[in-house]
Amino acid sequence: MDAVLDNLDAVVRAFTYTLLLFVISGVLSLVLGTLLAALRVGPISVLRLAAATYVTIVRNTPLLIVLIFFRIAAPKIGLNFNFVDVQFGDIRLNNLFTACVVGLTVYTAAFVCEAIRSGINAVQLGQAEAARAIGLPFAGVMREVVLPQAFRASVPPLASVQIALLKNTTVAGALGVFEAFARMRSLNNDYATQRIEIFLVFAFVFVVLVEVLSFIANRLERRWRIA
Amino acid sequence: MSAGVLFDAPGPRTIARHRLYSILGSVVLAVFIALALWRLYERGQFEFDKWEPFLTPRYITALLVDGLLTTLQMAFSAVIGAVVLGVVLGVGKLSDHALIRWPSWAIVEFFRAVPVLLLMIFIFYAYGIDRGDSGAYWSVVIALVLYNGAVLAEVFRAGILAVPRGQAEAAYAIGMRKTQVTNIVLLPQAVKIMIPAIISQCVVALKDTSLGYAVAAPGLTKVGQAIYQQFGNQVPTVFVLAALYIAANVALTMVANKVQKRFVGEKKVLQVSNVAGVDDAGFTPGRV
Repeated sequence: MDAVLDNLDAVVRAFTYTLLLFVISGVLSLVLGTLLAALRVGPISVLRLAAATYVTIVRNTPLLIVLIFFRIAAPKIGLNFNFVDVQFGDIRLNNLFTACVVGLTVYTAAFVCEAIRSGINAVQLGQAEAARAIGLPFAGVMREVVLPQAFRASVPPLASVQIALLKNTTVAGALGVFEAFARMRSLNNDYATQRIEIFLVFAFVFVVLVEVLSFIANRLERRWRIA
Repeated sequence: MSAGVLFDAPGPRTIARHRLYSILGSVVLAVFIALALWRLYERGQFEFDKWEPFLTPRYITALLVDGLLTTLQMAFSAVIGAVVLGVVLGVGKLSDHALIRWPSWAIVEFFRAVPVLLLMIFIFYAYGIDRGDSGAYWSVVIALVLYNGAVLAEVFRAGILAVPRGQAEAAYAIGMRKTQVTNIVLLPQAVKIMIPAIISQCVVALKDTSLGYAVAAPGLTKVGQAIYQQFGNQVPTVFVLAALYIAANVALTMVANKVQKRFVGEKKVLQVSNVAGVDDAGFTPGRV
């Protein structure tokens, strides 16, 4: 345990980066994913096709490749994030961090899109038919009847996607953001005899974070369950 | 619900409006693609030098043999191991003996929640670091076996529970013991509905082999890294790597769809929570 306790501030900082990566890309991926889902169920076939292509490509590409693109390849064509440099105390959000946030967002959005679409699919056919039968226009059908039910049905898959995102933030550590994975690797280098304890501590924090997320998801699911 | 039911068959005015939107959408997309291509061209990414490695037989061999083939081997070993571990843990979770049930449950929950990369680096330091390439190779495989095994355990458990209860009751009624019921009656029927879930887990394993990058394991990412470090052609390399992964995964998904049509038919596909979230998003979390 000494290895972790002696470096507690570094470990806490590492998990702060992990959580920042998670929260920022989580919110952004929800926004982008919802937009993609809207395109995919919308009436414009060109945009439907574009969104479907995006989802297929991104879903079948490993996250690491996506992150390598934004972190290593994109700067070569002038796509960098050097304009970002924010500092809060010890926490510094720079271009590397932003590149990883963008990569995680682009990747996760494809899965968010599929989760929301599965939610829309879970709404029964008769609901939309009934809504149209009482004379609601498309916007009304969506706003009053379909989307409220779709969002509730989307909670479980969305939770899975966000939990995956939390775990995927570790990939950013392989590309230079000093979050939990990178910190664990450096501790492993410095304290060869305590590798098991170090691993168990880091793993345990992740287990706790995942359990907290799935607890929240379960509560939301229960609260919003359609009677 | 299919998208078709969300809106009425459009009338003439709506059709005109949709046509306008389609044109606008196409223009925006075309401009975006043109800008991206122009940016690539302007920065010299289409120069022959940058693409030459991918036309040179030596590098093509390296990419396909040292890269893709090794990656597929890793994924294959990982999936075989994961299926075995998944059966053991899945059946363990359904055991009548608390002494078997609880450890199985704990192992599954633990390995599902821990990021694969943490597991990989731990195994690498604990086992693989002195063993060169094969050490890195097996570190990746073992980490993937543990993680995917834990996910598949849930698949197997859900699959066995999804077999109609009367099947087990009938088997008990003719005097079978629990082991027999599971092995002879439940598992064979469960496997049928589990196959699509297992194949989509193969896609996950294949994608995750790329994480071997962190422990310098052989495979596509390592070959790609070597190529772009030598030639400075990061952008083309990323595109080629992505294309190879996408091709392999799309092929796997096509097999999955074929198999599903053949074995599952129109029946509901088994839906199991996948903390990886890289699966089809149609699942409901089975966290019990």
